[in-house]
Amino acid sequence: MLSDPEIMDMLGTGIATTVVLFAAAMACGFCIALALTAVNLIPWRPVRSLVALYVEYHRNVPTVVQIMVWYFGMPEILPQALRAWINQGNTEFSFALIALSLNVSAYYYEDIRSGIRAIAGTQIEAARSVGLGAMQALRYVVLPQAVRYAVPPIINRSIILFKDTSLAMVIGVTELTYQAKRIENATFQTFQIFTITTVIYLCVSLLISALGAQIARRYPASFKS
Amino acid sequence: MIEFLHTYGLLFLVGSWPNGPVGGFAGTLILAFLGLAGAFPAALLVALARTGDNRYARALSTVWVYTFRSIPLIMIVFWAYFLLPVLTGTEVPPFSTALAAIIVYESAFLAEIIRAGIQSVPAGQREASRAVGLGYFQSLWSVQLPQALSNMIPSLVNQFVSTIKATSIVYIIGVQEAAFSAQQINSIELTAALRTYLVLALFYFLLCALLSKLAKSLETRLRNKRLGLAA
Repeated sequence: MLSDPEIMDMLGTGIATTVVLFAAAMACGFCIALALTAVNLIPWRPVRSLVALYVEYHRNVPTVVQIMVWYFGMPEILPQALRAWINQGNTEFSFALIALSLNVSAYYYEDIRSGIRAIAGTQIEAARSVGLGAMQALRYVVLPQAVRYAVPPIINRSIILFKDTSLAMVIGVTELTYQAKRIENATFQTFQIFTITTVIYLCVSLLISALGAQIARRYPASFKS
Repeated sequence: MIEFLHTYGLLFLVGSWPNGPVGGFAGTLILAFLGLAGAFPAALLVALARTGDNRYARALSTVWVYTFRSIPLIMIVFWAYFLLPVLTGTEVPPFSTALAAIIVYESAFLAEIIRAGIQSVPAGQREASRAVGLGYFQSLWSVQLPQALSNMIPSLVNQFVSTIKATSIVYIIGVQEAAFSAQQINSIELTAALRTYLVLALFYFLLCALLSKLAKSLETRLRNKRLGLAA
């Protein structure tokens, strides 16, 4: 099986798609989460309720369903121009990316928010009273600590995101699981291809969590040590 | 929208029952509940091995937990779909296949919850119960687990929510549950995709948001109890 270049090609496509989907969703999700954090600073209640609703929707609806809503449902109401633009490229991939990014952004946002909230308000007061400006206090006092609180849960969530990329197969994105299924249909060597795929998922997930543990060790959240 | 719900509400709620197997949201709930309940004994064993003194049992249970937490549920479902008929020698219905996969998958997550629960009981409790003459299992059964279990309840509810959400993928092997109903409706209606999937999402949203709220209030009550504030 591994000597068949065609099969290897399919597997390669699967791995590449999974990795690209994961990395892109992580990056987009993080940017959206930052934007949400900024938006939530607006002291106007409807805005905050909307952000809360956004977070609750993405946390309480299964990721597969979110993907299906985007892929099957949203084209009905998206503007024609936008739809044409998406259809020009890889439609399935684009919708999977949108759904996964929005999904993970809700979790990232919560992690960032609790990271910032973990920093006592007295620290900001202290920073301001020794003469730092608001931005300086944020830059030198709050963020360096908040990041340390936020990074471990963000990495945990990223592992789940990595596993969730497999859900994109339901709409036909050629990611690893989808390709494994196709290779199985082509070769009937179910055991081999499933083992290879499982090991790949296992290794990447463990690698990400090892990376997370490394970061948590080097930059501990509490400064006691 | 009212007409849509009128026509398909029942299909969403119970699938093709009573003319066929129970599906829809009832199917989802049954699958999630049986999955979690079935995973509990296995998870308990894994958790005991993880907290125990036997080095090999500890290593094995650690491998179990890390493996099944690190691979997507779809992959486990496919494995079950492929392996179960080979192992049992007969055809296995989709529901049982999905249930087996969910049990294995959830056992890894549940084991960590149970482990945390057991470790949350002060060591003095175990030592004291052993000192008054209870055996290992007696101490576990009548002293440690009851306390651990009550500490675990909020996490268990949360895990139930995760399980409900996780089950939504098993429609791909033909299990009748909520996402399967949506798929059916979508293929009947053809032009109501957005409505269908939004209703599906709304159902999940209400169910899971409610359960998450419950978990949160249970957690608050538990914390107050620990702090001695409870009424």
